[in-house]
Amino acid sequence: MRDAPHRFAAIQRLLHWLMAACIIAMLFIGVGMVSTVMPDYLPLIRIHETLGVALLVLVVIRLALRLHYGAPPLPADLPPGIKLGARLSHLALYGFMVVMPLLGLGMLWAAAYPVVLYGGIHIPAFLPQSDRGHTLLWNAHVYLGLAFFALVLLHLAAALFHALIRRDGVFRSIALFPLHDKTTPAE
Amino acid sequence: MTQSGNLPRSRVGSLVLIAAVLGGGATAFAYTAGWLSPGRLTPERMIAALAPPAGPSLGHRRNHAKGICFTGVFEANGNGVELSSAKVFERGTYPALGRFNLGTADPNAVDATVRVRGLGLQIAAADGEEWRMALINPPVFAVSTPQAFHDLLIASGKKDPEAMKIFIQANPEFTAFATWAKTAPWTASYAEEPYHGLDSFIFTDAKGGEHAVRWSLLPMAQVTPISEAELEERGPDFLEQEIAERIRIAGPQRWIMVTTVADPGDPTADPSKAWPESRRKVEVGTLVVQRIEPEQDGPCRDINFDPTVLPKGIRVSDDPFPAARSSVYRKSYDLRAAEARDYPRTGMAKP
Repeated sequence: MRDAPHRFAAIQRLLHWLMAACIIAMLFIGVGMVSTVMPDYLPLIRIHETLGVALLVLVVIRLALRLHYGAPPLPADLPPGIKLGARLSHLALYGFMVVMPLLGLGMLWAAAYPVVLYGGIHIPAFLPQSDRGHTLLWNAHVYLGLAFFALVLLHLAAALFHALIRRDGVFRSIALFPLHDKTTPAE
Repeated sequence: MTQSGNLPRSRVGSLVLIAAVLGGGATAFAYTAGWLSPGRLTPERMIAALAPPAGPSLGHRRNHAKGICFTGVFEANGNGVELSSAKVFERGTYPALGRFNLGTADPNAVDATVRVRGLGLQIAAADGEEWRMALINPPVFAVSTPQAFHDLLIASGKKDPEAMKIFIQANPEFTAFATWAKTAPWTASYAEEPYHGLDSFIFTDAKGGEHAVRWSLLPMAQVTPISEAELEERGPDFLEQEIAERIRIAGPQRWIMVTTVADPGDPTADPSKAWPESRRKVEVGTLVVQRIEPEQDGPCRDINFDPTVLPKGIRVSDDPFPAARSSVYRKSYDLRAAEARDYPRTGMAKP
């Protein structure tokens, strides 16, 4: 185990935490902005759109880095069911990161709303207005967004479980700074 | 987790911490989403308040539901350039798309029963930017805040005559609008109405100077007042027939766009307060309405006239209404798009 890379590359770790903060902010802004008629609604929408496009760019970079650097192996003593769960949940997390901004852009295009980000960046529409298209994309964005939040919570619970209970080095592998916790399996 | 019942204290502490983080996260999320705050004024609540007792008309806008599409151009005369760097103010002709409408949630309302008339407009600039707006014919808005507008909808929907009295006591600004509604002459044409933006926006000029403004579209057509009773006699859908007929016979109809520039201290956050008549006015161009099409298959159907869709050079002010309208209009659009089959397109007029 000591010979295999036991941490993600520094750039991967940095990107992970940067995107984690942004994604959590996005999820909260998303449910907050659609439930208010107050003036904050407008900056919240603008932040949500701008950050969403930024996250789409970041996830592309992140996937490229993941393909290039790979990931450290999971602890050998992790039960196969948990290992499978870990793999699938990470696949799903990447899936949400890619799909959510695309659905968001798509639903705006299908509603004929111009997409103008902070800095005056205008994203041209790649879809025509469509009632059915908008409804489909909007529903997908909303319900997958809620599922994304649930998965983020699950991911957080698993991370804390690894960090505090199993203390198996999994959390250390993604931690931004070197941690001096025990690297031996907890059992 | 495999040896539960025998956990060391630190592990119990860790599990409690994990549960607290998850519970706290989920609660914060639910709070942000408004799920724990039934009193929050959400777009859903505003839309529920707009609905008539029999329920909303599916597939239609939740307010200003009765309307007809128009297309034409906005002819900018170049005067607006000193106030705003928006491209649509540079001398030239820009495509315009809009909708004449009545301030009612009923798409089949009888024209003479609806006091407020409106105009939704989208002007496209050459660089792909859009300017959307939704204007109405009263010279002031009915109330000062979105919450008061919600309260007005609730009060006016009640059978109890005391409800409106109580509302007016709490929102005395309503009297200016009520006076207009009672005393202003009716007309028999969308072409004879002025349409006012009422909300204040900030124009930014090329040098970065900022100007608080409101704007109106003033009709060039001769205004012929008629009584409500006379209008009623002409039929339930007279306005739509009349505007189509007028343009067919008399040609394009025009409105001058006039922007009014605030003096320092003028109330920008409250569209129920008119600015003094003496304020500087700048005519920035002419809206030319060239063609009328029914909404069902018309180009305005697909457009949400969200007044916060603005080009560079125009932004919202401290007026709380554009944000509230944007939020509620979006919800209305989401709903009617999902209900499109309840208001089917005939597919005849699609280009």
